Amino acid sequence: MVPLTWYLVLAAGLFCIGVFGALARKNAVGVLMGVELMLNAVNINLVAFWRHTAVSGMTGQLFAIFVITVAAAEAAVGLALFIAIYRQRRTVNVEEIDTMKG
Amino acid sequence: MNLTDLTYLLPELILLLAATAVFLLDLLWLKRPGAEGKRALLPYVALVGLGLAALGLIPSLGGVRQVATMLAADPFAVFFKALAIIGVAVVILTAIPYLRGRTPYRGEFYALLLAVTLAVCLAVGATNLVLIYLGMEFLSITSYVLVGFLRHDCKSGEAALKYFLYGATASAVMLYGMSLLYGATGTTDLGGIAAAFASAPQGAGAGLAWLGTPAIILLLAGFGFKASLVPFHQWAPDTYEGAPTPVTAFLSTVSKATGFAVLIRVFMVVLAAMQYQWTALLIAVSIVTMTLGNLTALRQTNIKRLLAYSSIAQAGYILIGVAAVWMSGATFTGLNGVLIYLFAYLFTNVGAFAVVTAVESATGATEVKDYAGLVTRSPWLAGLLFVFLISLAGIPPTGGFMGKFFVFGAAVQQRLWVLVAIAAVNSVIAAFYYLNVVRYMFFTPAEEGAEPIGVAWPLRGALLVTAVLTLLLGLAPGPLITWATHSVQLLALR
Repeated sequence: MVPLTWYLVLAAGLFCIGVFGALARKNAVGVLMGVELMLNAVNINLVAFWRHTAVSGMTGQLFAIFVITVAAAEAAVGLALFIAIYRQRRTVNVEEIDTMKG
Repeated sequence: MNLTDLTYLLPELILLLAATAVFLLDLLWLKRPGAEGKRALLPYVALVGLGLAALGLIPSLGGVRQVATMLAADPFAVFFKALAIIGVAVVILTAIPYLRGRTPYRGEFYALLLAVTLAVCLAVGATNLVLIYLGMEFLSITSYVLVGFLRHDCKSGEAALKYFLYGATASAVMLYGMSLLYGATGTTDLGGIAAAFASAPQGAGAGLAWLGTPAIILLLAGFGFKASLVPFHQWAPDTYEGAPTPVTAFLSTVSKATGFAVLIRVFMVVLAAMQYQWTALLIAVSIVTMTLGNLTALRQTNIKRLLAYSSIAQAGYILIGVAAVWMSGATFTGLNGVLIYLFAYLFTNVGAFAVVTAVESATGATEVKDYAGLVTRSPWLAGLLFVFLISLAGIPPTGGFMGKFFVFGAAVQQRLWVLVAIAAVNSVIAAFYYLNVVRYMFFTPAEEGAEPIGVAWPLRGALLVTAVLTLLLGLAPGPLITWATHSVQLLALR
């Protein structure tokens, strides 16, 4: 069996890539994709912990399924927002959306 | 899960039904010609729903009960549910005149406000990481929609975008922390996690218990985002400025209180074994939060931004109370100050935003200099804003003073002298920018041709409720203190 550490390292790496994406991307859709990577890292964590350490039950798997579902809802609201903003300003570049400052 | 559990779920069920009812009635009446008069009743339908939900809290009073394995109906949850219901009711009153003429889809707005109340009720009662996540996410996603509700307003969309991007990132970070907690203990039940940490062997061979430390920091990102603590606050000024003002009032009070409620429940109960680690962290965050909030508020010219930074600073004061708590057995001494503060702050801040809504509805102005000579244009509004501002500054006889008194008092009892000194200096800085607004209102003459400001009836109701309670909590705080003390002493799982 693949040891738990490998999964955790994979998840941590994926999470860091996601954080980098969320912080460095200028396109709002790119930021959202970074967040999705972070959520997937969480899912790997949850399922790996469930397989290796959980006392009983299906909690880890269930939690992962909830995360996937909520991520879909979040993406739906987020993309709807992006479309509304694109219609107003013809851009979803987060650096150009800065009428409020200070 | 049995039938008696349902009586403890009454507030949630009523809110769900009320939200659905408002949605459907809106849909039904929207297409009908001549039903515009009926649609004006929708906010009152929502208010009746909130009233019924408040009555639904009665079976949950007293005692700690586990409901359907994942929820607690304890006094702590009841306190925050009552806070949310009262807060949203006042927000609805301020929204009635504000939304008129701004958007044709007003019914949905009230339905979403009811849904967001339901989310708060679930989040503050949750005793399982899965449900905490779902409740917080329900609250966040509904708030994103509310913030961006004025679709044709450029600022509203931008505010929602910033809130969404920060919120999605913060919740993903929080979730990573939750997955570590699950890995360290093998369960997502808060009681189970607490037991696992309490019995975990220390030092070498301690298994995965060391994951608790990174989990604390990661969880703080999610809760701190809701409570707008530095360094998770960057969204707050832009979102508060751009959002519809009633939504800003909601975000700065009820949503913030939810962040604190979940933070308190998770840190106090679950991570009690690691208190020395998170107390130091919270003290540091508290100092940075209040100092940065106050110093940035000094140079704001927009009243909504000023109140946004002031609300960040207030979060820092509240966090003092959380950091100064000490535990003896199952009681949490000092925590009642946090609850008193949050309750007084609810009325004060919603009231301040209600005045801002009144001025904005009449004139469309949100700059501080537009408040020049407000006393000649509307003496009542000026007087009320004065009351709210001195309450925010923590000057007696107001609720804000009682909150600060109890929170700082807890810190003094814990001998956190440096923290108290920094908080005192901050209070003085804060008084400067609050009283600057007062100076504009009372001592600067109004512009030529400035007209008196009329206030709509529902908004007058909101102002009356918030002003009376702000003063009452300062003059006769006895019942609130008793209630808050009762609410925290039973904060234990089973």
